[in-house]
Amino acid sequence: MSEGAVRADQVVPSRTTWSRVRPHVTGWVFALPFVLIFAVFLAIPIVASFVLSFTSFGIANIQDWFSAELIGIDNYTQLFDDEKFLKAARNTAVFVLFGVPLTIALGLAIAVGLNQALGRVVGLFRVGYYLPVVTSIVAIAVVWRYLLAPETGLINLTLDIVGIEGPNWLGQRSTALGSIIALGVWRNVGFDMVIFLAALQGINPTLYEAARVDGASAWHIFRRITVPLLRPAILFLTVITTAGYLQLFEEPFVMTGGGPLDSTLSVSMYVYQQGFSFLNLGYASAVAYALFVAIIVLAAIQFRLLRSDETQ
Amino acid sequence: MSTLDTARQLPPPVVPGGSRPASRFSGKWWIYAILLLGLVAMIGPFLWMLVGSLKTQRELLQVPPTWVPENPTTSNYSRLFDRLDFPRYFWNSTLIAVMITLSNLLFCSMMGYALAKLRFVGRDKLFLLVLGTMLVPGSVTLVPLFVLMSKLGLVDNIFAVILPAAAGPVGVFLMRQFMLSIPDELLEAGRVDGASEFFLFRKVVLPLSAPALAALAILTFLPAWNSLLWPLVVLTSEENFTLPVALAIFARGQFAADYGLLMAGAVVLVVPVILLFLLLQRYFVQSQTMSGIKG
Repeated sequence: MSEGAVRADQVVPSRTTWSRVRPHVTGWVFALPFVLIFAVFLAIPIVASFVLSFTSFGIANIQDWFSAELIGIDNYTQLFDDEKFLKAARNTAVFVLFGVPLTIALGLAIAVGLNQALGRVVGLFRVGYYLPVVTSIVAIAVVWRYLLAPETGLINLTLDIVGIEGPNWLGQRSTALGSIIALGVWRNVGFDMVIFLAALQGINPTLYEAARVDGASAWHIFRRITVPLLRPAILFLTVITTAGYLQLFEEPFVMTGGGPLDSTLSVSMYVYQQGFSFLNLGYASAVAYALFVAIIVLAAIQFRLLRSDETQ
Repeated sequence: MSTLDTARQLPPPVVPGGSRPASRFSGKWWIYAILLLGLVAMIGPFLWMLVGSLKTQRELLQVPPTWVPENPTTSNYSRLFDRLDFPRYFWNSTLIAVMITLSNLLFCSMMGYALAKLRFVGRDKLFLLVLGTMLVPGSVTLVPLFVLMSKLGLVDNIFAVILPAAAGPVGVFLMRQFMLSIPDELLEAGRVDGASEFFLFRKVVLPLSAPALAALAILTFLPAWNSLLWPLVVLTSEENFTLPVALAIFARGQFAADYGLLMAGAVVLVVPVILLFLLLQRYFVQSQTMSGIKG
């Protein structure tokens, strides 16, 4: 940088060449620190992970990288025979399939409700609903495990009052994943609400006036005006929430450890297990890449579906 | 199941803008009631955490539970700070989150400036490349990063956590989009007067980008403070743990049933963020909607 600045001031003889090159040099000098970190710690590792997924890379190869054996697509074919992976994939899919629509629908409902309730209270509500979004999932998971505890947890004690005997939420297969979905929705609904609220406030009120004059019902107006105008927000949130939910890790890691009987094991947890408990680093990379592909494919599908509907 | 199908099962939403005054009131009270119930469900767990952290182990297991601790005790906290190494974890977490935030502010704004206001070879391809990595899940780079850190001798070193997060694509995107709105004439005027790009960046662009920098600070501090997966992998000895790593490991291990201690740990992890949030509320919401502009 300093070199560039000095030379520019001096107007050296080779002026024409330098003045042509200078903007490029300046641009790259500004970009360089980011580009270095980006290349070494993100871009190259993304490629390296892909290469690793075709090897039997284990802990023994860590010092001498090139001693790892190339095994072609063996890691990927193994995925389909690996019952634990298939279970993790299924659990993650269920988490996304139920969690994403629930989060977005609830976020929208809260935003529409808050948008109605004008005045000072909106601020208080917004802060409250947004609180879980900013806090650590580890802390939240610890607190929820306490709330969901079978005998002393607040949720089952409350159910007791109405005469329902609450289950051991996290301890049995039928309710463990459902509890984790509920926690996911609880934590993320505030984010969707904030985005929807901003989008709702951008809608021109005269549109509603006109529709009401024409005698449209509230539900009709919601379906025909509000939802179509919120489509960009819905698309954004669907893509972001899906990509986030596919990476489910902290909640099951803290609350259930993936159990009982792997009923809450997620793909990210399985990457962690394979990579850092069993030290099958090559295989762990293949699992991670399968997840990556799922994220890209789903995002592409969502873009297509939600974009092409626009004319409807 | 699509979003729209689910929306249908919800109570009929009322359209913004308000309807006739009479129906407005009767329509509104139940919205308030539901929203209030939701608010309790959102804040309740945090209050229960705080209350639980002040209870003795006996009172924690008491049925029916007490809403206000009968014998409030700070023993859970003193166990964290005296018997366990929580001051250390707190320091590690703070150091890591602050360093990551500062370096993102510097590097992402430099990169954002280059992408938005400078013309150089490869600029547009570089931008596309950065954008293209935004959906890559963290687990993809987990293994190569670990292998790289072993080679660099940085395993179990907090720099292994700081370096990969020192400059992220989200920050670059945010800064670039914001800086595009700075008028070129302003910079041209400076250039004509002989100001260097570095001078313009520091004295013109950065001050004008204050709102984006505030948003970026929040957007990088939060995940840095809260993150679990990578620190869990790369920090192996207890003295280097961050708060989330320590809490997650204690919750799974020897303190699994020690709810008083775990609630106190959760309070220590959550309270700094909640305080920041309440103080900087405006910027928090702004940071989310700013990152949402791209949608």
